Amino acid sequence: MTIDTSIVEEGRELEKPSQAPMTGAVAAAPGPRRSGPRKLLFLRNSKAITGMVILAFFLLIAVIGPWIAPYDPSARSSDILQPPSWEHWFGTTHLGQDVFSQILVGTRGVIVVGFVAGILATGIGVIIGVTAGYVGGLGDETLSVLANVFLVIPQLPLIIIIAGQLPSVGGVTVAVVIAITGWAWGARVLRAQTLSLRKRDFVEAARANGESTWRIITAEILPNLTAIIASGFVGTVAFAVLSLITLSFIGIGDTGEWNWGTVLYQAQSQLALQRGAWWWFVPAGLCIALLGMSLTLINFGIDEFVNPRLRSTGLNARSLRKRGIRPRIGFTPVVREAKEDRA
Amino acid sequence: MRFFLRRLGFYVITFWAAVTINFFIPRIMPGDPVRALIAKNQGRISTDAESALRTLFGLDKDTTLWQQYVDYWNLILHGDLGTSFTYFPTPVADVIAGAIPWTIGLVGIATIISFTVGTLIGSGIGWRRGTWADSLLPISTFFSAVPYFWLALIAITIFSVTLGWFPASGSYDRSLVPTFSWEFISSVIYYGTLPALTIVISSISGWILGMRNMMVTVSSEDYVTVAQAKGLSERTVLFGYAARNAILPQVSSFALSLGFIVGGTLIMEIVFSYQGIGYYLFTAVAAKDYPLMQGIFLVITVAVLFANIVADFVYGVLDPRTRQEG
Repeated sequence: MTIDTSIVEEGRELEKPSQAPMTGAVAAAPGPRRSGPRKLLFLRNSKAITGMVILAFFLLIAVIGPWIAPYDPSARSSDILQPPSWEHWFGTTHLGQDVFSQILVGTRGVIVVGFVAGILATGIGVIIGVTAGYVGGLGDETLSVLANVFLVIPQLPLIIIIAGQLPSVGGVTVAVVIAITGWAWGARVLRAQTLSLRKRDFVEAARANGESTWRIITAEILPNLTAIIASGFVGTVAFAVLSLITLSFIGIGDTGEWNWGTVLYQAQSQLALQRGAWWWFVPAGLCIALLGMSLTLINFGIDEFVNPRLRSTGLNARSLRKRGIRPRIGFTPVVREAKEDRA
Repeated sequence: MRFFLRRLGFYVITFWAAVTINFFIPRIMPGDPVRALIAKNQGRISTDAESALRTLFGLDKDTTLWQQYVDYWNLILHGDLGTSFTYFPTPVADVIAGAIPWTIGLVGIATIISFTVGTLIGSGIGWRRGTWADSLLPISTFFSAVPYFWLALIAITIFSVTLGWFPASGSYDRSLVPTFSWEFISSVIYYGTLPALTIVISSISGWILGMRNMMVTVSSEDYVTVAQAKGLSERTVLFGYAARNAILPQVSSFALSLGFIVGGTLIMEIVFSYQGIGYYLFTAVAAKDYPLMQGIFLVITVAVLFANIVADFVYGVLDPRTRQEG
């Protein structure tokens, strides 16, 4: 089983739609000593750029959303259940509230919870994963079992029963609950990578030089984990956003606090479907999809940056074909540009 | 054999952890909602049921924590999950037993279809990368980013409200009496088609992506090149050499992501008001029915653990290396 894990993890990373943003900058410099060209390489990846642009857009809305919203999202008006118009871009609800304003104001809640949960979960994941991988032995066994237990237990029901029993559920509380339940994947991947790094020559050399454990971990091992940590972070943010929206959608959490999930919750409970009020739930869903996609794209960028095989075989397949190389046949083609990039 | 024993040991630990989490959650929560609910239902709850609830939620302040823990396990192992508040006086175990066949039928079948079809499509795309098939990737990325329940909303709008092809909610025609008649079964299939289709559409992209990436990795392996060099037919190389090896991580990721999938699909039941576990979880949350919530969590966890054991077994059969290494 151990043989396959690294491959499994690569595959899974991509498959899980999660993981992404902000970290782009971090990911761009896995080897801190190498600056210019490598950073550019990451930024030259079209998937990563698209993802970062979309993410930046949502970050901007999260900051300025409440100021630029044309109406108070909770204010009622006499325009009941209006389809989109110039006055109400995304139409209105059964109480005459402006859906566009609700989405704008709600962006902040989504982004804040996503990032707080992402940072917390990544923190826990790094501590547990790197410790497990570096310490080895019984400590490793215990921590791995702990991470695996959290991986196997279905997260969403767990989040629901914890959040459902809290007397009051604000955004930050939800973020903490999500972080507590969602750190295990990152920890697992980090452990596997630390395990392989630990035996490399440069770490052995540092140890032989008498460097302290703390210094080996922070100066030798962590910089080499940057890309994995970044993609884990991105994934957790995506997972946290989806969890928050799902929780809000089923009515857990503070319904007075706007986010995309509460918009959907109201649409569902006020029978928007049966009334044919598509404008009520379509925009929120598209926003979620766009944000999730941007995170996935950034992660693809990170993955292709870390794994040159995916880069040359996946991205350039079309150009290879033009040059008469059949990408299907199983070897990693040597492409001149790619070579220069990596130098 | 050692491999299976090890895995089994792990699942026992996970089960223990899930029960323990369930034990501690109500005890570390601030406030005491359950006591209030018991007080509200005073007189309606029998003494037996009340003492079971007290044990489940740690209201016996005079016993030690350890004693509470032992009592708790005693109840769980006897299948006593307390009494539901919403469906009073039905025991939680009975409520769940009534809901579970629906969930397994819907989510189970849909997940298996999605896994099989997704893996097939994924191996095709991975094998023929650089052709039109690659343009399916962004589409599947989009679907994997969308929350399941939102797709369900859209599906209902299009196929139920606008086109009127499928019913928007429920699991069978309410005018029928549940029997094993063809009429009833066809009604169940008719009502289940749209939810199942939505689950397949929303979860399939994950399998496509996973398989595609594995195919990309595997088809650069030497043995695939050798197989091609030997002049074997495209089909033989694809299925006999590449896909056969690429599917291994797929199976183990199936096991690992089951919990994730189950969580997402449960929400689907809420949107369709489909009378499975997810729908009951939703009503339990809305009604603050804590015994039912916790019972459902335990049952879902056990189901996921069981599915994991099956996946491990399949993996062991598929990959002889796991059996040798132990």
